[in-house]
Order: sequence, then structure tokens, then C-alpha cells
Amino acid sequence: MSVLVYIDHTDGEIKKSSLEAASYGAQLASQLGVAAHGLVLGTLNAELSALGKQGLQKVHQVKNDSLNQFDPGQQAAMVAEAVTSLGATVVVLSNNVTGKALGPRLSARLRAGLVAGAVALPDTGNGFVVKKAVFSGKAFAQVAVSSPIKIIALTPNAFSVSNGDGNAEVADINLTVPAAKIKVTGINKIKGQIPLSEAELVVSGGRGLKGPENWGMIEELADLLGAATACSRPVADSHWRPHHEHVGQTGGAVAPNLYFAVGISGAIQHLAGVNRSKVIVVINKDPEAPFFKAADYGIVGDAFEVMPKIIDSVKKLKGK
Amino acid sequence: MKILVCISKTPDTTAKIAFTDNNTKFATEGVQWIINPYDEWYALVRAIELKEKDPTTVLHLVNVGGAENDAIIRKALALGGDEAIRVNIESQDSFTIASQIAQVAKDGGYDLVFTGKETIDYNGSSIGGMVAELLDWSYVSLATKLDIEGSNVKLTREIEGGEENVETSLPLVVSAQKGMAEQRIPNMKGIMGARTKPLKVVEPVAAEALTSIAGFELPPAKAGVKLVPADNPEELVRLLHEEAKVI
Ligand SMILES: Cc1cc2nc3c(=O)[nH]c(=O)nc-3n(C[C@H](O)[C@H](O)[C@H](O)COP(=O)(O)OP(=O)(O)OC[C@H]3O[C@@H](n4cnc5c(N)ncnc54)[C@H](O)[C@@H]3O)c2cc1C
Repeated sequence: MSVLVYIDHTDGEIKKSSLEAASYGAQLASQLGVAAHGLVLGTLNAELSALGKQGLQKVHQVKNDSLNQFDPGQQAAMVAEAVTSLGATVVVLSNNVTGKALGPRLSARLRAGLVAGAVALPDTGNGFVVKKAVFSGKAFAQVAVSSPIKIIALTPNAFSVSNGDGNAEVADINLTVPAAKIKVTGINKIKGQIPLSEAELVVSGGRGLKGPENWGMIEELADLLGAATACSRPVADSHWRPHHEHVGQTGGAVAPNLYFAVGISGAIQHLAGVNRSKVIVVINKDPEAPFFKAADYGIVGDAFEVMPKIIDSVKKLKGK
Repeated sequence: MKILVCISKTPDTTAKIAFTDNNTKFATEGVQWIINPYDEWYALVRAIELKEKDPTTVLHLVNVGGAENDAIIRKALALGGDEAIRVNIESQDSFTIASQIAQVAKDGGYDLVFTGKETIDYNGSSIGGMVAELLDWSYVSLATKLDIEGSNVKLTREIEGGEENVETSLPLVVSAQKGMAEQRIPNMKGIMGARTKPLKVVEPVAAEALTSIAGFELPPAKAGVKLVPADNPEELVRLLHEEAKVI
């Protein structure tokens, strides 16, 4: 019996969301009194033994460059084989872009119940019950998993990365590599930007900013804070900002430590994508804007007057 | 080519979220139902565009649920599609739903199955991947673009901080999101036509649920907003640094 954590990686590094999954998997393993192992498919620059810091005892790797191109069908077959040969009873992965494709395939393949979007460790006192966000963050569900093998896909930024001083044993594992059916032909990444889904801080702008030419202050504040940028739906629909910045019920969902909203009214559909943020700040000139009801801190004021002062003040704080 | 689009029924985005039966059931009273936006705006519209480009394309819709779903299915048919299939079973968990859809896809000899990237009620983003695995087909999730050239399919999918172009071949399952297509409003002709399109009801295959919902809870209420005067924004920065400790 063991907990097996699927370690996702990109550009030679382990994704932060997978460090969270490893920390979660290790804590779950000690809760269950079993071992915590990791599985890496593909090649990395990062030192895998460092996953011991998150509490993994052993990391199994299939060193094969071709696996860096993600085909969820191919990888589901491999993870399933690893689960069987290692005798894992729980698989933990991040519910990130990779996990959303891999988790369900693995679930159907192993007939293992999947909790997609877990936000806390399972309650194993009576059965196996995992909390997840539902109704776009407006509620939580307790999901009971009844199959012998369980799969947990952990919401990014819902569980903190543990940083102990362990060292994981790293070993090659021999798994059948099925032919890939998906070929990656090009990657289009915005260089130097923090991916929204992994960001701890997010600065977001709405239609109140009047036009794309006014996004300088959003970008400057984000830059100073090391935050990602986001926007409301009409902003993306009007092509002021790229689609991937659109958050809300029909865009991306984020749960950063800080969501800093400027000129956004806070419509229910927008809140649905951001309501799990730990701290929400709202800058809006309308005191009746619904967003204030969901906020922790706010300023009723004109963004064009307030934001430059906030930026100056953050500069001072950061010693710039 | 034969395309199957999965259509889910979800509460309207403004619906009040509350629970009954000791917090074990979603309170449906007074709730307006809509087609899951990702299914409608992106998956279905892209499938309709493919049929417009190649009119020999057969386009069917599938829904898993009881007769109370028929109104939503007709709404989807008003946008497009030749006919719809409803698998007559109360949906349990993702796996039981996916098992039904996989069976319909197999029986109907489809080449391409579309889902939305997730439903806005259970946020599982699971159906597409499960269907693909049950059929042993390729799966491209979170797709923002899809073009078909013969049996070759070119897609763009989301990755962290960007996008990735991929190529694969039919048969294929795709989960669609923003970028894939633009929302359409059904016209009168579509609405009238939808009334007479076939809506076939089929009986479910046996499939065991792997998960169940033990209960729901609402998030704790916010303590209330702390307002900082507009002439002193520096105070906000101080609070975020010293009190909230987030910057
Ligand atoms: C089915 C459905 C799904 C949807 N999904 C989403 C979604 O995923 N995400 C999303 O964001 N929306 C979504 N919407 C749209 C949503 O209902 C709102 O229309 C949208 O969020 C409004 O965007 P906004 O706040 O930027 O613009 P507005 O509503 O126009 O608000 C602009 C705000 O800026 C303030 N303002 C103006 N000038 C200034 C200034 N100088 N300084 C400070 N403040 C200023 C105004 O007081 C106002 O509150 C959806 C709607 C539907 C029906």
C-alpha cells in the first residue's frame, strides 16, 4: 500500500502545483500510515531527490525525452501500470491543465473514483471523503470515494508546499511506453509572465479601466508584486486583453493569496472564478459595486487617481 | 464525418446556491436551467461551424438524464444539430455519465466527440477524458482551436502561461473552452425547427458509480470589507503588508 504522486513538469522543472501535490500526498500517506512515492514521466533538469523536502520517500522515473510531450492516453496507461506494480491505493495529482486530462482517463482505466479539484486532505475516519469546490466556488461538496483505488486531483494553490529536509531515493522504473497519438507541433508561451493558474498574487482589471491603453498601471503593479494579470470577461471579449486572462465562471478560476481588482463591478459570474482567493482588494469608484460585499479591503475611488499612489507606495515598500 | 456533442444542463449562473435534505441535495426550487455555457458557446458552436463547412457532416447531441432535460436539449437543437439522444438515467457520478456517453458514441459510430471544458455546477472536467479512455481514443482537453484536414486534426490547447499546438487523428474526444468559437443566439427558424428534430430516448447500460456526494456546505461568510479612504491609498499598502501579510 502506498500513495503515488504524479509529478508534472515543464521546461525541465517540477511545476509548483506538483510540489503542492507531493506535500499533500506525503501528509495523506502519514495519515494512512503508508509510504509516499512519486512518479515522473520524462526528463528534467531538477534534482528529483529534493522531492524528499515535500515528504516523498522514493521517486520513480521513466527517463524518456519523448514523454515530455504530453499525451494523456499514453500517460494514463503508464501511470496505471505503475499503480499496479507499486501497489498504490491512492493516486494524487494536481488538478492543473495536465491533471484535468490525465485524472479522468486514469479514473476510467483503473475504475478508480476521482475527486477533481480537492481542497483539503481526505477524512479517512469513516470511509474516504474528500472536500472539493462546486458551483464555481460558491459551495463545497464532500465526495465519498467507494472504489478500492482512489484518485485525488488537488486544486492548485489550495495546499501549501512543505519544506522539510528529507531526501528522496530516486530510481528508474520500467514501464511499457505505448505509442503517442498526440504530437506537439508548437509552443506559444508568454515569456517572463507568471501563469495565472500558479500565481499567488493576481492584479486584475475590468471595464472601468476604459481601454487597453490604460493597462500600464495594472502591469506595473503586477510587476512590482510579482503577480500575474487577469481581467473580466468583457475586457477579454473586447480583445483589450488575451483570452487566457479572463477569469470567472466561464473563464479561468483562481484562488491566489491576493486578488487585487481594479474597475471590476463584481458580477456574480466574475465572483465565481475568484471567490476562493484568500484576500480580495477592490478599487471601484462606485460605492454600490457588488464586489465590495465580497472584498476584504477596498477603496471607493477613481482608479486613475488611486492606482499611481498605490504603485508609488509599493515601490517604497519594495525599496525601489 | 459524424460528430457527437455532449450537452449538460446546469443551473443559471445567477442561481441561488442552497441545499436541502440536511445539506445533501441541491435546492432546485425556483432555479432557472441553462445549457452548460462551455457546451453551448464553444463545443456546440464549433461543431455547427464544422457542419456548415462540410454539409455532409452528421451532427448529433447527447444528454444523460431524465425527461425534465428535454427542454434544454431542444434549446441546444435550436442552435443546430440534426438530432439528439437522451440516455434515460438519473446522472450519478462522472463515471456513470461517461459510461453512457461512451456507449452512445460506440453504437453510433462517431468520429469526434465534443464536451465543454467543465460543467459550471460540479466543475469536474472529467467526462471527456473518461469517455476517451473508455473508447481508447485520443483526448485533447482545454482546447481553444480545432481544424480538421481529412483524418488529421490540428488543435491548440491550454498550457500554464500559454498555448500548445498539437496534431492528432480521428477518432478523437475534445473538451472545448473560450477561443474555440463565439457564442450564438438561436434564431426563430432554429427554434421552430428544433421542435420537430428527432429526440431519441435510449435506455442506459449498466455502470457502477465510483463516487457519491455525502454532503454540501457553503463557504463561511466574509467578515466585511475594510474601507480605506481614497485620499490615503498608502494605508491600503500598509494593511496588505502588515495586517493581511500578503505583499
Ligand atoms: C452566462 C454568463 C457568464 C459570464 N461569465 C463571466 C466570467 O466568467 N467572468 C466575468 O468577468 N464576467 C462574466 N460574465 C459577465 C458579468 O455578468 C459582467 O457583465 C462582467 O463581469 C462585468 O465586467 P466588468 O466588471 O469589467 O464591467 P462593468 O460591469 O462595466 O463594471 C465596471 C466597473 O468599473 C467601475 N469603474 C468605472 N470607472 C472607474 C474608475 N475610473 N475607477 C474605478 N472604478 C471604475 C464601475 O463602477 C463598475 O463597477 C458572464 C455573464 C453571463 C450572463
